Order: sequence, then C-alpha cells, then structure tokens
Amino acid sequence: MAHTGRRQKPKQHIIEEWTGKIFTSLCIVLLVVTIFSMVYFVATKGLSTFFKDGISVAEIFGSTQWKPDGEPPIFGALPFIIGSFSTSLLAALISAPLGICAALFMIEIMPKIGRKYLQPVIELLAGIPSVVYGFVGLSVIVPFYRDVFPGQGLGIAAGATVLSIMILPTITSIATDALAALPPGLKEGSYALGATRWQTLYRTVLPTTLPALMTGVVLGMARAFGEALAVQMVIGNAPHIPGSLFESTSTLTSVITLSMGNTVMGTMQNNVLWTLALILMMMTFVFVFVVRWLERRANR
Amino acid sequence: MKKSLMLVMTLVLTIMLAACGQNNAPKSNNTAEAPGAANETPANETPSSELSGSILAVGSSALQPLVDQASKKFMDQNPKVSIQVQGGGSGTGLTQVSGGQADIGNSDVFAEEKLDASQAAELVDHQVAVVAMAAVINPEITVDNLTKDQLVGIFTGKITNWKEVGGQDQKIQIVNRPSSSGTRATFEKYALGTKTEDLQGSIQEDSSGTVKKLVKETPGAIGYLALSYLDDSIKVLKYDGVEANEENVANGSYPVWAYQHMYTKGEPNEVVKAFLDYMVSDDVQNNDVVELGYIPAGKMQVTRDVDGNITNK
Amino acid sequence: MSAKTADKIATAVIVTLAGFIVLILAGLLGFILVRGLGHISFDFLTSPPETIKEGGGIGPQLFNSLFLLVLTLLITIPLGLGAGIYMSEYAKPGKVTDFIRLIVEVLSSFPSIVVGLFGLLVIVNVFGFGFSLFSGALALTVFNLPLMVRITEQGMKSVPVAQKEASLALGLSKWKTIRSIMLPIAMPIILTGTILAAGRVFGEAAALLFTAGMSSPRLDFTDWNPFSPMSPLNPFRPAETLAVHIWKINSEGLAPDAPEIAAGASAVLILTVLAFNLLARWLGRVMHKKFTATK
Repeated sequence: MAHTGRRQKPKQHIIEEWTGKIFTSLCIVLLVVTIFSMVYFVATKGLSTFFKDGISVAEIFGSTQWKPDGEPPIFGALPFIIGSFSTSLLAALISAPLGICAALFMIEIMPKIGRKYLQPVIELLAGIPSVVYGFVGLSVIVPFYRDVFPGQGLGIAAGATVLSIMILPTITSIATDALAALPPGLKEGSYALGATRWQTLYRTVLPTTLPALMTGVVLGMARAFGEALAVQMVIGNAPHIPGSLFESTSTLTSVITLSMGNTVMGTMQNNVLWTLALILMMMTFVFVFVVRWLERRANR
Repeated sequence: MKKSLMLVMTLVLTIMLAACGQNNAPKSNNTAEAPGAANETPANETPSSELSGSILAVGSSALQPLVDQASKKFMDQNPKVSIQVQGGGSGTGLTQVSGGQADIGNSDVFAEEKLDASQAAELVDHQVAVVAMAAVINPEITVDNLTKDQLVGIFTGKITNWKEVGGQDQKIQIVNRPSSSGTRATFEKYALGTKTEDLQGSIQEDSSGTVKKLVKETPGAIGYLALSYLDDSIKVLKYDGVEANEENVANGSYPVWAYQHMYTKGEPNEVVKAFLDYMVSDDVQNNDVVELGYIPAGKMQVTRDVDGNITNK
Repeated sequence: MSAKTADKIATAVIVTLAGFIVLILAGLLGFILVRGLGHISFDFLTSPPETIKEGGGIGPQLFNSLFLLVLTLLITIPLGLGAGIYMSEYAKPGKVTDFIRLIVEVLSSFPSIVVGLFGLLVIVNVFGFGFSLFSGALALTVFNLPLMVRITEQGMKSVPVAQKEASLALGLSKWKTIRSIMLPIAMPIILTGTILAAGRVFGEAAALLFTAGMSSPRLDFTDWNPFSPMSPLNPFRPAETLAVHIWKINSEGLAPDAPEIAAGASAVLILTVLAFNLLARWLGRVMHKKFTATK
C-alpha cells in the first residue's frame, strides 16, 4: 500500500497540475473566442450595408439626411454620431468636476466622513439600473428643462444630465484610486514649503494625477456613449442635428433601440442599424486605446 | 473546491444537454402533427384535451396584450398546450416567422410592406382584430377637429401654430413615431395619405405610453394613439368631423385603422390552427378584443386589401 | 487674493460639490422610494401582473430576476475564476498576455446594447435558444465575465507572496496551492466583488430586451421539474425581468395603475440593489475580521 501510494503521488501531482492549467486556459480561450465572434458577427452584419446594399461610406458618415422610407432611401448617420458625441462629451464635462471634487473630498479633505458616507453613496449610484435613471429623467429633468428653457425639454441637455449622474461613479472611483496611490512625500514636501492645501492640490497633486484622472473621464465617456435605454427616453429621437441643447435629437444607441424591433432582419434598413452598432463597437476600441495611452503616460 | 467546480460544470453541461432536448421537442412535435392536421379537420371544434404542444408567437407590441390574454384562456382550456407570446415589434415577428424560429408572427402591417415578395408569399395571413388610431393633443389646446389637409399641413411642417387651425396662439409640437413603426405607417397611409419626412425638432417615441405622457405634459403637443390608450388626460380629435369610435370604424366612415395580423408560415399545424381559430371565436372576439380596446374583425362592414382599396362586405 | 482665502474658497467649493452629490442621490432615492414604497405589499410582490385590470403584481418578474442572476453566476463564476487565475498565475508576461488583457478591457466596456444585439443574432437566432432565460444568462455572462476576471486577479494579487511560496516549498502542486491556499485568502475580495457585480446584473435591461424577451409565460409554482415548459425552473422559457418589466409598463402599460406599478417595481429594484451593497460590505467586513483574527 505504502509503496503504491508513494508511486502514485508524483503522478497525481502532474494530473492535478494539468487539470488546473487546462481548465484555466480553456476559460481564457472561451473569453477570446467570445470577443472574436462578437466582432466577427457584428462586423459582417454591419459591413453588408456597404457590400450588399451598395450604400457608400460617404453617405453614412457624411450625409445629414436620415430617410429610410424615402425614394431612394437615404441613410446619413451623421446626426446620430454628432448626437452621441455631444451628449457623452457634455455628460463628461458635467461629471468630471463633480467626480474629481468628490475624490478630493474623500482623500484629501475629510477622509473619514468621505469614506464612511460619500463612498457608499457613490457605489449605490453605480448600482441603480439605467431604466430607473431614464424614468426619473423623463419625470423630473425633462419637465424642469421644459419649464425653464425654451424648447421641449427633451434633447442633448436632458440626456447629458441623466448620463452625467450615471457615469459619476466611474469617474469618482478611478480618481479616488489615483489620488490614494500618490506617494505621501510629494504632498508633504509641498506643505513643508509653506503651501496651502489648495496650492498643494492645484500645483502638485492634480498635475501629477492628471493622466489617471483623464482615464476616468474617458472611461465615463465610453459608458455614456454606449448607454441606450436611459438616453432614448429623454433625447427625443428626431433624426436631425438639433439647433439647441433643448431640441429633440438622436444618438446611435437611441436609433438602434427605437428601430431594431420594427425592421426585418436582412433588409437594408436593418443592415444600416447593424452598421451603427458596428460604429458603436469601433468607438469602444477607440476609447480603450485612448485609455491605454493615458495609462502609459500615467505610469511614466 | 475541485468537487464543487466539477459539480458546477456538470450542472452547466446538463443544462446545455437539456437545451438540445428542449429544442428538438417542439420541432418533432410539429412535424409529427402536420400530416395529422389534414386528416382531422374538426379537431378545433371540440376542446379536446388531446391537444398538446407549444406555440411561440412573436411580434407587434400593439397586438401583444390581446394575444397574451387570449393565450392564457386557451391554456386554461388546453392544459397541455404552452403558448409563449413575445413583443419585439412587427419586424421581429415577421423575421422570426419567415425564418421558422416562431410559429406565429404578429404584425400591425401587411407582410408585403416589410418583406420581399417571395418571402411574404410563403406567409398565411390571419386577421384577428382591427386597431383604430386617433390624433390626440394636449388638453389645453382649444381645437377639437382637424381636416385631413390640416393634419397633412401639421405633419409636413407647413402649419406650425395652433392659431392657423382655429386654436390659440401656440407653437405646434409634433410627437411622432420612428419611421420604421407600423403605427406611423398606418397613420400616414390612412389619415394623411402621404409619407411625411421627419421634421426638425419633432419628438419620436416608439411606445404608446411615452407618446401619451409627452402629449399630456408638453404644451402644444400633437400625436396619435391607438384607441385602447385613450383616456381623459389627453384630448382626442375628430378627423374630418368624424369621431373616432368603434361604430364609425366598423361602418367605414372613420378611415384610420389597420388590421392586426397573425402570420404563419404555410398552413398552420393542428395546435397553432386551434389557437388561431380560438382567436377569432366569439369567446375572444366579444370579450377580450372589446375589453382591450380593439375592434373585432367580424364586426367590420368593410374590408381592405394591401393597397388600401376598401370594399363593402 | 491671498493664498489663504483661495484655499478656503477651494475647500468650500469641493465640500459643496461633494454635498451636492449626496443631495442628488438623496433626491433620487427619495423620489423613487416615496412614490414606490406605498405600493409595495406582500400581494404586490407575489401576484402575477395584469394586462388591463388594476392590482397586478410583479411576482414572476421578481422570481425571473433572481433566477436569471443565479443562472448567470453559475456560468460566470467558474469561467471568471478560471480566466482570472490564468491571468494572475499562469500567464507569462508577453505579447499574448498583453493582448488578452486588452481583450478583457474591451469586453468590459462594450455597450450593453451591442451585447444584446449580438445575443439576438447569435444566441437567439443562430443557436436557436430563442428568447429565453438561458440566452439572457449568456448575454449577461459576456458583461460579467471581464468584471469577474478583474476581481479574481485583484484577489489573487492580494495573497502574500510568502504564503504562496511556503506552500510551493512544501511540495504542493501549483494548482493545489492555488486552490487550497490562495483562493481562500482571496475569497473576501472575490466575494465582495461578485456581489457588487451581481447588483449590476440585476438592473440590466438593454441587453435582455433582445435576449430574454419581454413576456412571462404562465408559471406553475407547484411544478418544479426544470424540463416542463410551465415550471419556473425551466431555463428555456422566455422571462421578463424586473428591469425589463419597468421598461415595458412605462412604455406600453395599459393597466390603469401602470405608473404606480412602475414606481413600486423601481423601488423594489433599488432596495434589492441596496441590499446587495450592504450584504457585500457586511460579508467583506466579517471575512476580513475572521482572517485577521486567525492570523
């Protein structure tokens, strides 16, 4: 018994080792396969607009006319691209100062209160479903804008307001991590030179952490760019470039949610929607690369 | 740890296997019953407990509540039948029925308007109800009738203020549907008689609930809704002086209505046929259809074909 | 302006903005809870929804949400743990590992609607799973997996190197070391992370619209055979989750009390997410205490 036991031991050891390796590698392979099939399927669907339906790239990206029912149909996605960019950019502009201030508050000004109250509050914001944000946006923000500003209330401003609250947790948590990771010597040196807290923050802390803070803002923007339901509820969905921030317009995601169910798969209009999804996907890549570039700068 | 991992893996595997089993089940059911349906025609008359199988109906969200409610009653009578009703829009319904993923495709428009002619030819139309639509406005506007020309003027942007059609001095705010919507297609075809372009600044919502909410709250707003969504919070307009109600739709004097179609690919199998027959039976037509604000297909004194030609019955 | 006043002003601005955030959340929560809490009752939580009559509940939707969550976690946890362990323990630094890391990053920032569309195209139509809980769980897995991988990596990195090396020096295999030494230590971080991620799954709607469907077939709560079509446990039935239900009643609700139901369901959703957060914090604290005490 003892003899065989001793002989089995190294064998079992190897088997064990291999189970581990194979299992974990399989998981990774699955992950890689998932993303490749996603890119493949969305790309083949999205590109068929250009190859099968013969719509020119210039039309999609250059035309401001969206007339899927026209004779001939025109599919200009420019208004949606502009809508998506302006909404998410505005959201990031509103959210960035809020998020960074929240992080400064938690790390530099009142760490105790910040950690105890502000952090859970922000984590909770991250957990609220987007449907609920859209619902609150439509019931509170839209009527407010309609009464205060000329226009219908729906539009880029309402969309950006809702999104800015949604992306606040992303920006705050990354900013918090960046500020917390700062070597204490840096700040102490500044204080030792007689600088006030604000001077320290403004001259030393913020410049050093800027790339990391920007990472958070870009990630927040990426999330805003891809958000669908909440935006669709408050943006108004007119396929035009709006004349003001309070005029109905569309984003890439809102057009897709609005029309995907109404069109038949394989038709030209449906294929164009897939092209829009492809654009969304490509933008994700762009955002990730920007983030990586910023991270490299932060580490330098 | 290893054991629990294995357990989870086996669980996942069983579920996967079950998936295959589940997928095969309804299919084999259908093929087995297709020839059977030809032999026994009166099967639908007797609420026999032998009926078994599953039906998947997908499509128009306007038709979903009716099919959903009728399917529940049908399942009560035939406990072995399971019917799943999905929304997703007319386009999805037609895609899935012509692709064979669904047994029934619900649609508010004729299949010919969405699909290629060859694909549409394979589908069999079952008209189960009629939905009428009315133009609705914000209750503060002092207008209660619009002519066809006035409506066309508003929706094409030629009329931009309510005072031009006899109301107060207020800017008109259009709450439209997306251009792919079946509701919009019906409204444009039968109320306006022309396709319209999306106007700068117009609001577009796909869902009736949101349209209603926005028309109710936005000053100067005009939109259109199916009769089932109408209530006191919004003002319903007459069309060319005709009130939008069941009677006027049935006798053909109010033209803004559309059939609700349930399409099958080829002739339906026994279970699907029994359910479709149940949909047009008096039990459903006189109760659920009316209750949910649709108009029974049988009550219509006129019929209309794909091209919109109306004939008296 | 002297440096002192500038400092004071800046501090005041930061504190105000931080307070403003708390106010936003308080307002948001207050708005939802005040409108919704009154509508929540035992009956509301258990009865099925009504199409046109008053008094419909959210029973099946609540069950579907929880069941979908369980299904998703059943798929995600083993896969995520495996992939995370690979990344932190087996992967050798190099081009391939960098590439995988990039992929995980891309996957985690994919818009949920793109994932939903992919699910509709591939899982629902090509693989033929139809609108079902299973399709929904797979779509949610796509979201959750990168999060899980990151959480696991973080957890494994938190294990003291000395402990890992001691185990290896005792002659235990690497896999055994990972399983019986490293995983238990990493557990608190992984568990907290998983629960927080679960909260997000709970509220997801955009991807589920296209995969899990928008209808809930009649459920027979006495039938627990997972293969019968009316059993609540059958993973191949379409299922409307709570978040999707809110979206649906808001947009197409015919019931006269639709706004109240939407408000009530939103409140339930928020409370559940809140419960997840509290649970995660509590578990994290308990486990942290346990480990620091045994050390």
